[in-house]
Amino acid sequence: MSASIGVIVFPGTNCEHDAVGAVDALGGEGRLIFHTDTSLGQLDGLILPGGFAHGDYLRPGAIARFSPIMEAVRTFAEAGGPVVGICNGFQVLCEAHLLPGALQKNRGLTFLCQPSELEVVSTSSVLTSSATVGQRLSVPINHFSGSYTCDLDTLSQLESQDRIMLRYVDNPNGSIDSIAGISNEAGNVVGLMPHPERAVSSLLGSEDGAVLLRSFLGAAAAATVG
Amino acid sequence: MRFLAHVDVRLRHGIADPEGATILRALPALGFTSVASVESGRSFRVELDAADLEAARSMAASLADRLLANPVIEESVIEVEPLG
Repeated sequence: MSASIGVIVFPGTNCEHDAVGAVDALGGEGRLIFHTDTSLGQLDGLILPGGFAHGDYLRPGAIARFSPIMEAVRTFAEAGGPVVGICNGFQVLCEAHLLPGALQKNRGLTFLCQPSELEVVSTSSVLTSSATVGQRLSVPINHFSGSYTCDLDTLSQLESQDRIMLRYVDNPNGSIDSIAGISNEAGNVVGLMPHPERAVSSLLGSEDGAVLLRSFLGAAAAATVG
Repeated sequence: MRFLAHVDVRLRHGIADPEGATILRALPALGFTSVASVESGRSFRVELDAADLEAARSMAASLADRLLANPVIEESVIEVEPLG
């Protein structure tokens, strides 16, 4: 049975169709969910896609966090449902405290739009379970506020609990410990700045994002939430 | 009663400040060669109605903590005055 994936659309989100397209291309079924909705319906997994929710006003994700749909997202996440936040979606999950830390402006204040080389650090998350530790992936980044930061206690917790999923090989944005993606303690809620949905076909320059999204679809198909 | 809250949001000590660092690097080009450091931040002026000064302070602190600042990386300094 193919996994049914909800893709949340906030005002200013702009990667929702890429996300649905990637899910569909990999054998899942993606459908859009509007930020003003209050329930998710029958779903196996959730994607918070990239973009500029609410214009990134105040801080990226700061306003989106209070959207009506976020209560249902929190309930789904806390029940163990697979949730991935990509780029702006990662920022929303951090602002909503579903993931620790915060995303700051890039080192050097440069908007980065380029392929990035990632290294898989942990496979104990819904996004990396089909990958192998040490595997190198080329996945594009496209962000201004992607420099991951957290306090040192949180960082050592992330490390000791094997929750750093992905690291940049050359750390283009100045993230602490070169972190590109993390998970929550249970591994079902994940966030990353790179865009795996833009790397699922050789036509797009890389297919390396597919292993991540396939892991996610597999976890969603096996999930019993929703 | 109406009050005016000044909310000053700044980065916590030790959190990287790329904006401040970039401004600091730009200043010598304008002839400001003796600037030692620049910290960036954001300030808000919020008008609000509350029963008294204490209630206004508490409301301002709460909205600063829940929305205006991200306590993970930022802290806020709040001053409240009555609007006459």
